[in-house]
Amino acid sequence: MTALAFRKLAAMPRLWRLVGLLAGLLIALALPWFIYPPVAMDIIAWALFAVALDLLLGFTGLLSFGHAAFWGSAAYTAGVIAIKTGAPFPVAILGAAVVAMVLAVPIALLAVRSTGIYFAMVTLAFAQMVYYVANQWRSLTGGENGLQGIPKNLFGLDLSDPFYFYYAGLPIALIGLLIAWRVVHSPFGRVLVAIRENPARSRSLGYPVDRYKVMIFVISAGLSGLAGGLYAVSHGFASLQEVYWTTSGKVVIMTVLGGIGTLWGSTIGAALIVEVEDYVATSGIHIGPLNITGPGLIAGLIFVVVVLLFRRGVWGTVAHLLRRRRDVPEPHLSGTAPDVAEHEPAVAQKP
Amino acid sequence: MSELLQHAFNGLVNGSFYALLALGLSVIFGMLGVVNFAHGAFYMLGAFGAFILLSEANLGFWPALVIVPLVLGGLGMGLERVLVRRLVALDPLYNFLLTFGLTLILQDLLRMKYGSQAQPYPQPAGLGGSLNLGLFDYPAYQVFVLGFSVLVSLGAWLLLARTRIGMIVRAATERPELTRALGINVGRWISPVFGVGIALAGLSGVLAAPMRAVSPLMGADLIILVFAVVVIGGLGSIFGSVAAGFLIGMLQALGNVYVPGLATTSVFIVMAIVLLWRPAGLFGREETAV
Repeated sequence: MTALAFRKLAAMPRLWRLVGLLAGLLIALALPWFIYPPVAMDIIAWALFAVALDLLLGFTGLLSFGHAAFWGSAAYTAGVIAIKTGAPFPVAILGAAVVAMVLAVPIALLAVRSTGIYFAMVTLAFAQMVYYVANQWRSLTGGENGLQGIPKNLFGLDLSDPFYFYYAGLPIALIGLLIAWRVVHSPFGRVLVAIRENPARSRSLGYPVDRYKVMIFVISAGLSGLAGGLYAVSHGFASLQEVYWTTSGKVVIMTVLGGIGTLWGSTIGAALIVEVEDYVATSGIHIGPLNITGPGLIAGLIFVVVVLLFRRGVWGTVAHLLRRRRDVPEPHLSGTAPDVAEHEPAVAQKP
Repeated sequence: MSELLQHAFNGLVNGSFYALLALGLSVIFGMLGVVNFAHGAFYMLGAFGAFILLSEANLGFWPALVIVPLVLGGLGMGLERVLVRRLVALDPLYNFLLTFGLTLILQDLLRMKYGSQAQPYPQPAGLGGSLNLGLFDYPAYQVFVLGFSVLVSLGAWLLLARTRIGMIVRAATERPELTRALGINVGRWISPVFGVGIALAGLSGVLAAPMRAVSPLMGADLIILVFAVVVIGGLGSIFGSVAAGFLIGMLQALGNVYVPGLATTSVFIVMAIVLLWRPAGLFGREETAV
């Protein structure tokens, strides 16, 4: 009986989607009630960052390993705008996103000249260049001390309590997520998936593949910029850590853990990683004589395990199980692709 | 003039580390199609290997130069068998992510054991002083590093170009199916090649120990520079990666003198130019860029 009801319910995808959307919103609104509010804000910022990365990795098939450049440059920009002009923080974050997009244009134009693993290496290298520049440009970024004392201005409202700032910052992230969702479900998004599946055919159908790649790269950078700016304002400081390659790696873990190409899965990946890191940083993990305090060790272990055993990610696995239960065939050409490897032509099957 | 030469020489010495690391990356990429992110971590392990041998077993530089690459090479072969092999048939990005995770683990393990600060490592016996190179005096150890890495690079080239093993490896790199059809057991060579690549990283780590600070993060930034070097030289091109390694080393050293502000970023600017001009790298073939 319940199984039948479940089937009926599942057969109404629109209702299903609405329920999911409301549940997601509800969780986002309730988050600071049961999680330490600054950590809740971290989750939201990283979630938007990971979703932005998934636009590239999941929906266009491009692994950017240099997204720290956009997150980090936005963090600095938001800080500089907020400190120097005293502008309301949403304005600072918007400015940060614009700067991230401007920075993304030359990087994208160069990076799309390479594909696959080359693309990852090139984006990683350019992000490292941004890191070196941030390190040297002390007058603006504060070098190794970072940029401190970023104010949370909003028309005289007192947002010093992280609990209230969460609700002030949440709309920005939600707008970012909405943009990502619109992009994926637009004709533009369908072309991106076509490019992921078969670049040569997309090109022969008349789509300017490289221009599409540059466009989605810049959009993704802009959303990463929103997230990075929000993160910097929330913490009140921006540091070199934000531009470093470990940050690029961290957001990739989140997306892979959540499920590549599932869009919302990235938010779950972000929440899990932020929570685990927070736990390790505050209490550490004690296994016998081992006292693990390094977040890198845990993140690395998660990375290895996910890549080896759990490539669909959390969302991808759930979607896969649901689909199997409903006997619905796996969508091949859709945004809910569970696994990049199933879609990208295997590069010369090596032994 | 002699000052310029001295800077160029400095650059060549730095470049020899890039060259050795890029060589190992290229060998592995050529055979397996895997970009090994953990290469910098293995370089760091090489330096720590030398440090640990000295402090725990009182074995100096020369024994370390033999033992550490052998041990790390064996470790690399094990890594290939246990982890990397499982993902080789999938998109190469997965192995990139796997080795990235390994990098984080290795760095943190060493940091938990030895802390973040640099460990001292003495100059090896017999290479302490400086050598008169005609126009200027130069630390003998640096001269040794340069000569040794040129020899290793030449050796790798001879091995690949002139021996039967090299022929098999090159054939397996270019046309694995065809090579297998000719009756050669390609799979047999994969683990050893991966091991050799890792051993090269360990070797450069041992070489680095006496002249650079031995610390858990010593390979962290280096590996990204080496990625840029490999993109410039052409991934999978043995000659390209070695040449680009020395070239970038020189460029950085001279850049440091004439345009100090650009010293750290010059590599990436060169990479941008190469991407515009020859996306497959200076010495790479177009097909390797896929």
